[in-house]
Amino acid sequence: MMPNFSYIRPESLQEAITHLGSADARLHAGGTDLLPCLRDQVFDAKKVVSINGINDLRSIQETEDGSLRIGALTTITEVAENPLIRERYAALAQAAAEVASPQLRHQGTIGGNLCQKPRCWYYRGEFHCLRKGGKICYAKGGENQFHCIFGGKGCYIVHPSDTAPPLAAFAAKINIVGPKGKRTVEAAVFHVEPSKDVTRETVLEPAEIVTEILLPRPLQGLRSSYRKVRARQAWDFALAGVALVLQFQGNKVTKGRVVLCGAAPVPWRSYEVEKVVIGSALDDATISRAAAAAVKNAKPLEKNDYKIPLFQGMLEEELQKIKNG
Amino acid sequence: MEKKEKHKGCQCDCGFTRRGFLSSMGAGAVALAASGKIVTPAAAAGVKAPMDSLSIQLMINGRSQRLLVEPRWSLLYVLREHLGLTGVKIGCERGECGACTVLINDIPRYGCLTLAVEAEGSKITTLEGLMQGEDLGPVQQAFVEKDAFQCGYCTPGQIMAVEGLLRAKPRPSVAEIQREVSGNLCRCGAYVNIFKAADRAAELKRS
Ligand SMILES: Cc1cc2nc3c(=O)[nH]c(=O)nc-3n(C[C@H](O)[C@H](O)[C@H](O)COP(=O)(O)OP(=O)(O)OC[C@H]3O[C@@H](n4cnc5c(N)ncnc54)[C@H](O)[C@@H]3O)c2cc1C
Ligand code: SF4
Ligand code: FES
Ligand code: FES
Repeated sequence: MMPNFSYIRPESLQEAITHLGSADARLHAGGTDLLPCLRDQVFDAKKVVSINGINDLRSIQETEDGSLRIGALTTITEVAENPLIRERYAALAQAAAEVASPQLRHQGTIGGNLCQKPRCWYYRGEFHCLRKGGKICYAKGGENQFHCIFGGKGCYIVHPSDTAPPLAAFAAKINIVGPKGKRTVEAAVFHVEPSKDVTRETVLEPAEIVTEILLPRPLQGLRSSYRKVRARQAWDFALAGVALVLQFQGNKVTKGRVVLCGAAPVPWRSYEVEKVVIGSALDDATISRAAAAAVKNAKPLEKNDYKIPLFQGMLEEELQKIKNG
Repeated sequence: MEKKEKHKGCQCDCGFTRRGFLSSMGAGAVALAASGKIVTPAAAAGVKAPMDSLSIQLMINGRSQRLLVEPRWSLLYVLREHLGLTGVKIGCERGECGACTVLINDIPRYGCLTLAVEAEGSKITTLEGLMQGEDLGPVQQAFVEKDAFQCGYCTPGQIMAVEGLLRAKPRPSVAEIQREVSGNLCRCGAYVNIFKAADRAAELKRS
């Protein structure tokens, strides 16, 4: 049984923001991450504010300029199955289809997927670690086989979201409303590195709500893919993964982004890979150079250096695949 | 005809129908909250204090029911502990096993990660709701025929996942079946027969 909390399901964003302004209020979208956190007392909630009464947040729409607007309450299943997303933003549809299990995809929302809490087992367990405001990171000298190889500073989580890497790779934008009004943030900088602030995962300020995600109109010749390596076929988080969004002219890559998952505390843009592939035809030599460049600056922990050959091999395979079309 | 005979076998051997009968009796009772004040639906616009019982309406296995629930109660808890629908199993209570799978508006979801208040106004289907009178429903029948369980603990959840799949997609491929039951773990490893049962269930539902 979860600890007690009060509950409200307002019908407007304004009301929701007001309620979220009170002490220890927590936003509930699908609840698939919130409820386990409350049950395990990762954090408390005095008040749960469900945004499920705000129907405006529940749609996928093409805008006049050809971009796509995805409401924060759109379920992961809807993202995975939407014909427009599958056609134009394949990597996002593929990533959504790889999230968790069917039941969780039916219930979990895209907004919640971006805002979910880390999966580090110390964090989820009864350890008052750095990220929870404590003094030390238990993973650093402990069981860190599923932790990061890039961007760890103080905290060594990997960001659990599968949809965040393709959104960053597509240069999506995230619309946010809060007590101070509206603002828009690039998906690529929505998540916060521990070197900047170890106690928060996103740029959201108290009582701010993600309302929608905007995907820009795809460029001519754009190809995209998402690859997730996990330990088993049933639900599991990524051991290693990559979102590739590359623009091709003939067989030459002219532009694009490469974002790794299972690699770092935030979706990790691999500028090293981008530098090698952009401006080149993806021949075998370029592909192996790119894959080697990807892991060159990795800093594995004691128990996760297996991720280095894993990322390298996976990137070689994915780059070969995207080259062939 | 064949179905009828199979069912008779079940009634005496494994008590499926009897259990279903008992559960549906349980469903007749309306839950009463242990403490706190009752908030009527008319007042339901405001914040519900933790111990307030809120009144919600659910359509459970084809029957409309008004229930009093606390904000923190999961749908799983309400269905089992207050309505006696013990076909909904408690496993991990954290979205990892699928034992608590029910259909909410025909879509498989985890009862443990759904607040009962969030299900307000929805149509809920549990294992008990798949019975066709005294007969097993087609998915249940297929699980018996294909021997798709050992201890049986995960079985109601597996059956609900398959039921949800077949409601959305009457002719799933093997890959689709494997994918759609991947949110239901079986510690006995009965997977091969579960996949066969899902395939057989699709056949039975079509006939
Ligand atoms: C067993 C299991 C396996 C999983 N495997 C994967 C996986 O492989 N890949 C993956 O990507 N994810 C995985 N997940 C995580 C799952 O996808 C998330 O729980 C889900 O996407 C969260 O969405 P939700 O709507 O249920 O969020 P909620 O649980 O409602 O919210 C999650 C958090 O985000 C905040 N929040 C939600 N929506 C907003 C918003 N619009 N604005 C501001 N804050 C918001 C909430 O306050 C809360 O803190 C797994 C989860 C479980 C339980
Ligand atoms: S990796 Fe981060 S979340 Fe895990 S124990 Fe260390 S500080 Fe805490
Ligand atoms: S009890 Fe709900 S998924 Fe395990
Ligand atoms: S039959 Fe025992 S857990 Fe599946």
